[in-house]
Amino acid sequence: MIPGRGLALGMTMTVVAIVVVVPLGALVLTLRGITPAGFLATAFSPEALAAYRLSFGAAIVASAIDVLAGAAIAIVLVRHPGGAMRGLDTLVDVPFALPPAVTGITLATLYGPHGWVGAWLAQHGIAIAYTPAGIVLALAFVGLPFVVRTVQPVIATLPEEYALAAASLGAAPFTILRRITLPLVAPAFLTGFALALARTLGEYGSVIFIAGNMPGKTEIVPLIIVTRLEQYDFSGAAAVALVSLAVSFLMLLTIDVLQRRMLDARNAA
Amino acid sequence: MTALDVRDARDARALHPGDAARAKRWSAADPFAIAGVALLLGFFILLPLVSIGFEALRAGWAPVVATFSDPNARAAIGLTVLATAVTVVVNGAFGVLAGWTLTKYRFPGTSLLLAIINLPLTISPVVAGLALLLCFGTRSPLGAWFAAHGVQIAFTPIGIVLATIFVTFPYVARETIALMGEQGRDLEEAALGLGASVWQTFALVTFPRARWAILNGLLLCNARALGEFGAVSVISGNIQGLTDTVPLQIDFLYNEDNLVGAFALSGALALVVIALTLVRSILEARRRPD
Repeated sequence: MIPGRGLALGMTMTVVAIVVVVPLGALVLTLRGITPAGFLATAFSPEALAAYRLSFGAAIVASAIDVLAGAAIAIVLVRHPGGAMRGLDTLVDVPFALPPAVTGITLATLYGPHGWVGAWLAQHGIAIAYTPAGIVLALAFVGLPFVVRTVQPVIATLPEEYALAAASLGAAPFTILRRITLPLVAPAFLTGFALALARTLGEYGSVIFIAGNMPGKTEIVPLIIVTRLEQYDFSGAAAVALVSLAVSFLMLLTIDVLQRRMLDARNAA
Repeated sequence: MTALDVRDARDARALHPGDAARAKRWSAADPFAIAGVALLLGFFILLPLVSIGFEALRAGWAPVVATFSDPNARAAIGLTVLATAVTVVVNGAFGVLAGWTLTKYRFPGTSLLLAIINLPLTISPVVAGLALLLCFGTRSPLGAWFAAHGVQIAFTPIGIVLATIFVTFPYVARETIALMGEQGRDLEEAALGLGASVWQTFALVTFPRARWAILNGLLLCNARALGEFGAVSVISGNIQGLTDTVPLQIDFLYNEDNLVGAFALSGALALVVIALTLVRSILEARRRPD
């Protein structure tokens, strides 16, 4: 037994209460003046529903792209560690560290109608900036490190004995992949997907510059909150924020379960 | 699968020359895989980085210098440095405290406390900013109380510091909790058994062994704090020269069509966070051997 439990716990809980619980509590309390029917009407107005659909859709597509790209990146980085590959490895962390506003204006300019990539695409009739594709692009950029950094250590410690055992018993390479390798890495991919999804669902700064922000078309959930706030519609902003908060909390619980399952799979292997 | 099967599999690898050939065939495809991944990362991540420098220097160095000598930009840089410094100190201290509390003691509700600490990671920054505004704005009881005592929080640098602390709250704590949890309690219990005080145990046993995790968390926290945008933009009120941080100033300049100015500030921020990322990967590479 280490003494000082009461003091340490008290101090920790005080800080957590001041920084996280009190502000979130204030957000919930803002809605006490509004009836349940009024809450539903404003939280799920047609404009808000379109934003939920867009935010979820774009985040899911972006995270799925990140899983595919992240798998390839992680496998190559694991097979070839060190040397010049360290540069590529560091590059993976850049989207995480790069300020959202910097990411936002950079992608909007690069893929915009006059940008290096955007101008070339425009010649071929493809528009990315100010369309849902631009939102997916920005979200995929932001989510990539979460997938790579989750999958990488699992692939690095993948035991090869099972695959070799299966091969020695006559299993075809595809069977080995399907029955042995995939079940071993699937929990990590799922966790990486969930982490990227959780991050991208609420992403704001990196998206708004490239999104176009057309109500009902390219307006993401955080932008609805900002728009309502600018119109002094505090309860309307808080209602959408509460839905977003509930989703965040559910994502956190899901990630916790997935992460535990990932560790169990690793320990079992 | 039993240990025996595993050993059989290893023997099989040694016995079958075909496996070595298969491994070789794999590595023949690797240059293509490396080239593909390098191309992907180069196009997707490096190209945007390069374009920041290109856009900033499009009209030469003069407008860049002008951007940095603008009093509003200087004020924004000052506020960003201040908010980041306070945030790193507060969240660093909390991270060490939370690491100690959550891994060295047993108490009911640990996972709930951990979930609340991690919540800012998945909350949208805009939701965080709104929560702080509704909590500390002059319309709320708490904000009114502070206003009566002469302290305004919303639309002031205090609000910006609070928003930055909220958004980067878990970064140090996650690292310390993971590492201190792995390290267990044995050494602390031994130190206490030999007559050390709790404070000595923490300072001489726990803290030195956690310093890599703390440093790693501080670097992450620092990078995210420098760039925080969504939460800060809601609570800042965007008063030029007073409550504008560097990311808010970038947003302002970009919307004013001052692309060179926006990208000059972006380039400076990008250089700082990339330097922090490099320090982190160098530390990681150094730490790995032990």
